[in-house]
Amino acid sequence: MKRLFVKGNEAVAMGAIEAGCRYYFGYPITPQSDIPEYIAREIPKVGGVFIQAESEIASINMLLGASASGARAMTSSSSPGISLKQEGISYMAGSELPGLIVNICRSGPGLGGIDASQADYFQSVKGGGHGGYRVIVLAPDSVQEMYDLTMLAFDLSDRYRVPALLLADAVIGQVKEALEPHPYVAPADLLPKEWAVAGKQGRDDQRIVKSLYLGDGELEAHNWRLHAKYDELKKNEVRFEGYRTEDADFVVTAFGSAARIAKSAVMMAREAGLKVGLLRPITLFPFPEQALRELADRGIPMLCVELNTGQMVDDVRLAVKCRVDVAFYGRAPGAGSLPTPEEIFKQIQNNMTVKL
Amino acid sequence: MTDLYEQVFERPKALKSVATHFCPGCHHGTIHRLCAEAMDVLDIQQRTIGVASVGCSVFLYGYFDIDVVEAPHGRAPAVATGVKRVRKDDIVFTYQGDGDLAAIGTAEIIHAANRGEAITVIFVNNTTYGMTGGQMAPTTLPQQRTSTSPAGRDVANDGYPIRMAELLAGLEGVAYSTRVAVDSPKHIIAAGKAIRHAFDCQVKTGGFSFVEVLSTCPTNWGMDALKANARVEKEMIPYFPLGVYKDASRAEEGE
Repeated sequence: MKRLFVKGNEAVAMGAIEAGCRYYFGYPITPQSDIPEYIAREIPKVGGVFIQAESEIASINMLLGASASGARAMTSSSSPGISLKQEGISYMAGSELPGLIVNICRSGPGLGGIDASQADYFQSVKGGGHGGYRVIVLAPDSVQEMYDLTMLAFDLSDRYRVPALLLADAVIGQVKEALEPHPYVAPADLLPKEWAVAGKQGRDDQRIVKSLYLGDGELEAHNWRLHAKYDELKKNEVRFEGYRTEDADFVVTAFGSAARIAKSAVMMAREAGLKVGLLRPITLFPFPEQALRELADRGIPMLCVELNTGQMVDDVRLAVKCRVDVAFYGRAPGAGSLPTPEEIFKQIQNNMTVKL
Repeated sequence: MTDLYEQVFERPKALKSVATHFCPGCHHGTIHRLCAEAMDVLDIQQRTIGVASVGCSVFLYGYFDIDVVEAPHGRAPAVATGVKRVRKDDIVFTYQGDGDLAAIGTAEIIHAANRGEAITVIFVNNTTYGMTGGQMAPTTLPQQRTSTSPAGRDVANDGYPIRMAELLAGLEGVAYSTRVAVDSPKHIIAAGKAIRHAFDCQVKTGGFSFVEVLSTCPTNWGMDALKANARVEKEMIPYFPLGVYKDASRAEEGE
């Protein structure tokens, strides 16, 4: 397929359509509107359905209905809209429905602003809505990964029947760079959706998609079963990028857009003769705890860089069980600027001097 | 069956043979039966998908022998939209109470209707929140006492009961909007016809059809079944008049 020069948001839309998504339900919000705009134009050409819903709440529930009917379907939004969707995401999690939710995160809280932010980390990886559940969270750092991880999100979501969230921001959503599209190949082990409602069509069994369990012990058993799936995800589906961590004395951890800047800082450090590496979680849930623990086993101190006031750093510190120092450097939502590679390099130098 | 006896009444095929959990005198069972009869008559049970709402009506799947999706509170028309867009040839209906449809789910019902989604909506209006214990609903009548309007609904503070059948009839996307009651044999027969027609609208023309059913909640009204039925006639029907507020299918036939 031809190499293209496209926006990250467009790559999400292209990856989704290529992966067989034929149902999109959304509502306009900056900085993700390129996704519905692209899909509104392109999905009818492949016989798909685009609905601009009356609200984020309606769009997540349309996704719930389409997914319950066995279709590959998605919605996208940005932070305030994702908050509105949390009710539906909780119901999808409880009803074990797959489906893709894209959050091109902006700054908050409240209406906040439209600048790039990673302030929805906690909301994304800790469940987001009520009831104690998890969703699969993927964090692309490039236009190419926006395409690739959209496809992966559908596959993982279908395999585990857990909703998937793609978490990016305006940097990754709005940047234009090279994309090498490739045909989608469905994993051979994906099972037919024999749980989906379809009209009984002569079947004896009745298919019910629900999250209400009132019978004695039913809900408890249901929750333990969901929990077991999250454990399976932790065991099988962790993805991360380790950049020059093999011989590193110091490691920077960051995801998405922050990781791209951090990588430049790591390169600067290497040029200055400092043995610094980068660990970039690609799956935020499941989190690469084991990889971080192995670095901690080697006594490597870390610096976590985020476009927020410190969220993923908590999970990094939990993963390393506080056996090594984990410093934090970030930008509060609304800072209006991104950290430069030079600033992060300075943080690396400061922390290496203090800690080593 | 012998020659001497002929079975003239039986359980609709679309209903399961189970004991009801609804309170004595509650109309849900009657309305369930009318929906099931419509499915039998139109022969659509095997391709009907129900969307359950939140409230007493959530246990739809316990009574109807059909596939069912459970929607969050008020969101059934949005969920039904997603189902119907995927399962275009299936018959999709929601079954919602007044709190669900006319309060928390107002946006979803209006916009599903306005899009002309090819779904059928059965709206059970009993002027109260049944499952949560009899609180004031958007359809609670003026001066009606509920647990959250203990001195009676004060329209100056609480606003007015919403007439949904009339409101939706004003939308272009709606094919059929009607209000019926199930408090007497005569009304039940008329309600059965309306529900059948609503499903038939979806089968034949693929339009949005809406049936508001005035119904009782004897437990939360603090009445026995007979008094509750009498209240429908005396108090509800004067505020919520029965009738067909829009029928695009009839208009087309007439042309």
